[in-house]
Amino acid sequence: MTAFKLAAVSAGLSKPSSTRLLADRLAEATVRRLGEEGREAEVAVIELRDLAVDIANNFVTGFPAAALREAIGTVTEADAVIAVTPIFTASYSGLFKSFFDVIDHDALTGKPVLIAATGGTARHSLALEHAVRPLFSYLRAVVLPTAVYAATDDWGTAGDALTDGLPGRIERAAGELAGLLAGHGPVAEAAVPEQVVPFAEQLAALRV
Amino acid sequence: MQFGIFSVGDVTPDPTTGRTPTEHERIKAMVAIARKAEEVGLDVFATGEHHNPPFVPSSPTTMLGYIAAQTDRLILSTSTTLITTNDPVKIAEDFAMLQHLADGRVDLMMGRGNTGPVYPWFGKDIRQGIPLAIENYALLHQLWREEVVDWQGRFRTPLQSFTSTPRPLDDVPPFVWHGSIRSPEIAEQAAYYGDGFFANNIFWPKEHFQKLIGLYRERFAHYGHGTPEQAIVGLGGQVFMRKNSQDAVREFRPYFDNAPVYGHGPSLEEFTEQTPLTVGSPQEVIEKTLGFRETFGDYQRQLFLMDHAGLPLKTVLEQLDLLGEEVVPVLRQEFAKGRPAGVPEGPTHAALVAARDAAGTNEKEEVAK
Repeated sequence: MTAFKLAAVSAGLSKPSSTRLLADRLAEATVRRLGEEGREAEVAVIELRDLAVDIANNFVTGFPAAALREAIGTVTEADAVIAVTPIFTASYSGLFKSFFDVIDHDALTGKPVLIAATGGTARHSLALEHAVRPLFSYLRAVVLPTAVYAATDDWGTAGDALTDGLPGRIERAAGELAGLLAGHGPVAEAAVPEQVVPFAEQLAALRV
Repeated sequence: MQFGIFSVGDVTPDPTTGRTPTEHERIKAMVAIARKAEEVGLDVFATGEHHNPPFVPSSPTTMLGYIAAQTDRLILSTSTTLITTNDPVKIAEDFAMLQHLADGRVDLMMGRGNTGPVYPWFGKDIRQGIPLAIENYALLHQLWREEVVDWQGRFRTPLQSFTSTPRPLDDVPPFVWHGSIRSPEIAEQAAYYGDGFFANNIFWPKEHFQKLIGLYRERFAHYGHGTPEQAIVGLGGQVFMRKNSQDAVREFRPYFDNAPVYGHGPSLEEFTEQTPLTVGSPQEVIEKTLGFRETFGDYQRQLFLMDHAGLPLKTVLEQLDLLGEEVVPVLRQEFAKGRPAGVPEGPTHAALVAARDAAGTNEKEEVAK
């Protein structure tokens, strides 16, 4: 059986970046959970930092340069997307939003998306729910119930009696994504040909 | 194969001097550019249609009629005529009139425009863009081919026993192109009628237009107008030349960097690599343009965008000299090489009349048998 293709999008800016780290952890956990079900998966990581100028240029010219076009292809052809953004000024980062702005608004329809974010403090964890989730709902993606937020503190604590630690949340989210993927199998790889409505039908639709 | 220029008609400050031409200067400059196109041996001049500043050409047939009076050979065309917001009855009349005045040197390109707000200025609903393009053109097509028209549609008042005057010259309507940047519906429309399809080929990578033209060629054959290779394809292009490649780059860079459409984005180098824009020597322009045939197949019309981004008239006229003297003669020669016999030439009124007469003779022979 063909391997699943996972696209992990990280909008982290520093190198190394905790956003990238979270994307990697989620991808690894998903691959492992799929492995437990006897399924293989390949991960392609997209660092938006490297595409920042191309993304800005796409706004100006209306088309993506080669590297950005390839990244967009990786995301739209993936079986699932892991999308991770730092929280800036109470929401997703501008770069993260801009990347999804230059993708066709119907290109992610029906695609499983695991959303995650990083931030300095846990006080912004609901940005995932009030900003990131609606973005993907608008794109008609299937957003998984568990969204993973990692504050700086989370990287050093294992959780307590009342809250899952970060590793626990990563496991839960990865389990959800693996379960969803294993349930329906990889999508077909064939390129979709241009859809044409025969002209007679277009004319007929206008008849009074 | 036909070669020409198309103009957007933008009034843009010259970024090197800060000077903005007046509307009057720009309109007169467009006329001077069209006359120059004929003088240097080009075949086609096409003007855009816009109804908002900073653009001047709101009344294309007025301008083209004026140019027709000052030229003898040049084909006058549009890029594009708004099929969505113009009344098809008025398009039928205006262009038939122009066709008579210009002795048949007229064709036109249908487009939906790129300015959303234009729809309500002419009492139309932007949400109906594609249906308007389809219905209006179906009516225009009928008005030019049937003397007395009874018609009812969704977007305009019905017509009863209506005759559009004057009738097309020699009863052969102007050739029609359909221009589109991204809509497969328009490629399908052009294919259905056996009309031409024009890809502006300027602001996007060629792969994008390759897909649209491929679809148009395939559907052209599907509707029985000929083989895919016989479909009538036009392409845009955008060049800036000097004898010396480095001089061209140095001179054009401030215009590129401040251009209204793509300025302040990618560098000139990135943009020329990603799109059909060529800035360099005439030889580089020749090579890039010949490459279009590899991508899109043998085609019928090549139009270049030369007067934009605030380039002064003097510079544009120098560009046309280079285009006419050094580039187009070589392109004519090279494109003719290896061009299969069945591939049509660029459309002219004389050829359309001849084709109509030939078809008529065949029908009579059929009847005689």
